[in-house]
Amino acid sequence: MALIKGGRMSLDPFHSVGAEGELPADGDVLVTLARWQAQREELLGRPGRLGVKLASDQPPALIASDLGHFALVALEFPAFRDGRAYSYARLLREQFGYTGEIRAVGDVLLEQLHFMVRAGFDAFELDSADPEADFATAVGEFSVWYQPATDDRPSALELRHRHDR
Amino acid sequence: MYRYDQFDRQLVTERVAQFRRQVERRLNGELTEDQFKPLRLMNGLYMQLHAYMLRVNVPYGTLSSRQLRTFAHVARAYDRGFGHFTTRQNIQYNWVKLEDTPDILAELAEVEVTAIQSSGNCVRNITSDQYAGRAKDELVDPRIYCELLRQYSFLHPEFSYLPRKFKIAVTGSPHDRAAVALHDIGLRMHLDDQGRPGFEVLVGGGQGRTPFIAHTIREWLEPEHLLSYVESILRVYNIHGRRDNIHKARIKIIVNQMGIDKYRELVDADWERIRDSRLRVPQEEIDRIAAYFAPPEYAELSDASEELAARQGADPEFDRWLASNVVEHKVPGYSIVNLSLKAPGRAPGDLDADRMDAVADLADRYSFGQIRITHRQNLVLVDVEQRKLEALWRALKALGLATPNIGQLTDIVCCPGLDFCSLANARSIPVAEDLGLHFVDVDRLALVGDLTLNISGCMNACGHHHVGNIGILGVDKRGQEYFQLTLGGCSDESASLGDRLGPALPQSEVPGAIEAIVETYLGLREDGERFLDTYRRVGLEPFKQAVYEGADSKAVA
Amino acid sequence: MVDTENPMQMIVASRLTDGRVVFMAPGNSWAESIDEGVVADDSDAAADLLAEAKRAAERSVVVEPYLIEVTVTAGRLRPVLLREAIRAFGPTVHDSEAVVRS
Repeated sequence: MALIKGGRMSLDPFHSVGAEGELPADGDVLVTLARWQAQREELLGRPGRLGVKLASDQPPALIASDLGHFALVALEFPAFRDGRAYSYARLLREQFGYTGEIRAVGDVLLEQLHFMVRAGFDAFELDSADPEADFATAVGEFSVWYQPATDDRPSALELRHRHDR
Repeated sequence: MYRYDQFDRQLVTERVAQFRRQVERRLNGELTEDQFKPLRLMNGLYMQLHAYMLRVNVPYGTLSSRQLRTFAHVARAYDRGFGHFTTRQNIQYNWVKLEDTPDILAELAEVEVTAIQSSGNCVRNITSDQYAGRAKDELVDPRIYCELLRQYSFLHPEFSYLPRKFKIAVTGSPHDRAAVALHDIGLRMHLDDQGRPGFEVLVGGGQGRTPFIAHTIREWLEPEHLLSYVESILRVYNIHGRRDNIHKARIKIIVNQMGIDKYRELVDADWERIRDSRLRVPQEEIDRIAAYFAPPEYAELSDASEELAARQGADPEFDRWLASNVVEHKVPGYSIVNLSLKAPGRAPGDLDADRMDAVADLADRYSFGQIRITHRQNLVLVDVEQRKLEALWRALKALGLATPNIGQLTDIVCCPGLDFCSLANARSIPVAEDLGLHFVDVDRLALVGDLTLNISGCMNACGHHHVGNIGILGVDKRGQEYFQLTLGGCSDESASLGDRLGPALPQSEVPGAIEAIVETYLGLREDGERFLDTYRRVGLEPFKQAVYEGADSKAVA
Repeated sequence: MVDTENPMQMIVASRLTDGRVVFMAPGNSWAESIDEGVVADDSDAAADLLAEAKRAAERSVVVEPYLIEVTVTAGRLRPVLLREAIRAFGPTVHDSEAVVRS
């Protein structure tokens, strides 16, 4: 598994802590929502940044008021067919104004990267022999899209009428 | 009709290139079948009983003659010489090869046709009234908004992995020929008191295993808000739709589970946030698209219906065809002409390549080069001069496309069934062929009048049997093919789902049962009542008795 | 007669490149005609065939291989289920407009 951020392979500073695992003394940690809810004060008290991982049935509204504490929100794709996290990413950016890292984890197919980028994801856990090249290919497959999404890049509709304004 | 601009072309070209790469990766084993399946489905490619099946989109059922000729070419070059028109205004090819599909898609892209999102858990073909832009009772051409929605939903980054398929239909007429109440989102156009168009928005309709009539989620929506409101409906569905059970994953399930009021609440909460975002549709875009649907250069003709009436009796065959297949046009001197693809012994909705070319030629000659596909698997030439009707009729007759049965008993809607489809429980086409051979008397058909009959080979209901006046559903009973009849379905603005008549029948008893139903109707009907009207008045009992207890209930002519 | 304890079985699958129905044939090959296919006479042989077929699926030769019961009628191999017979012999409808089926 490789972590791609900003199009490049990156080391993951976040230590993923399972349901029962020990919290490391320092450093960045990524915890599940349940763990966050159970150990909120302890997690806020320790040094290092916090990340929370949402399962596909955990919409971001559940952590909306706490977003200021998280440098990372990881959204899980238990199966690539489960498309809920695309909405979650958009809501994080567009409804809740979240500007931290939104990471796609789980069953992430190369084919989906273009959509994920447009939905507001900026980091990806990829299972690939050549993650940087595959990522570049995937996000470069389309130069035109019809509908506006999370990014500021114009849609075809907007480009058509630019000269009208 | 809509013509691609540079953006449309670029997007389709990139998509075809992407699919070509995906096919290569599948053929060389880099992608497993499990990984490839959703990708090929999003390009309309199914694996069926005998071969791959490619479903090609025909947006709102509107085709140019050039596109139809390309369909003929694809049928010859890549298939077995024919195509099948579907109940969602698309065309399907039953015998394609995976290795050929990138080339097929490239050739289709050349004439501005795609197979994108004709399958998969995404927004499917946006369907509409086959007489759009021409019907006398139309308020506004719905295809403008279909095209707007088509583009919006194309490769939508948030909604390409929905819980299940999503179908949208739009009607621009109060008489609903687009079955909007049977769709995931249905849009009904109305005019306000200043004559400006707006939409009544319905959600949660659908057929399949658990059919539902849609609920009105919003009474009035201005066109500028169409995309943002649809986005909110889709977002709530994407988040809340069930993903635990493929048979409970459509929006109709969740809408009926939580209730329309709760669903509306969730949609409105999201919509309040986004209604004035970049999704607001500028009038310039509506105007830009509307320009493509401007009417053709009609000749200044006067209404010829008096002339046609005056010569009635001179040729009874022509008269019969006029009465059943020709519909009033909004422009004087013109008519809408239905081409019946239903003939005794023929698979409903199938058309061979030679006939496709012939119809393309007729479209060029008689109807400004445009063809429509209907939900009943027929074709339409929507702009025929009344004074040329007879000439057209003769040409259609020669092609076997003039059976005078539109909307009548032998205008059967039928899915491919167990002969082709891996989902089916029973064969549907032999039942249709059987009935077509049984009910050949066109005078009797005319006497019976409007009567829709729909056949599905399994509970997925691709034949739309729930909304047939008579519905036939193929079921597997102890390894044998049996057929369940329903009565009283209807897909227009008075939409209703058919009622189960009784125990399923073996195939040999189906024609006799239909015969008994028809006889019962003829015996009971009052002035001007169609079958549906009589059924709604008298109910199931008389028909049930005739089929299951009548002395001649097992008779097959 | 179908021997219900040890039914005759064959492997049917869809060929990846063109989706055509194929039967596992001798030498781990695949044939379009059921007559050329390998018949397993007992459940062990059937299990072996299925295992081999799944390997072929993993190698992207075929898609969705599975076992079907067959019987011999008038000297010819024939699947027991209607659905499988339709796959083996083609659609039962003769569309008068269609080009000749194989």
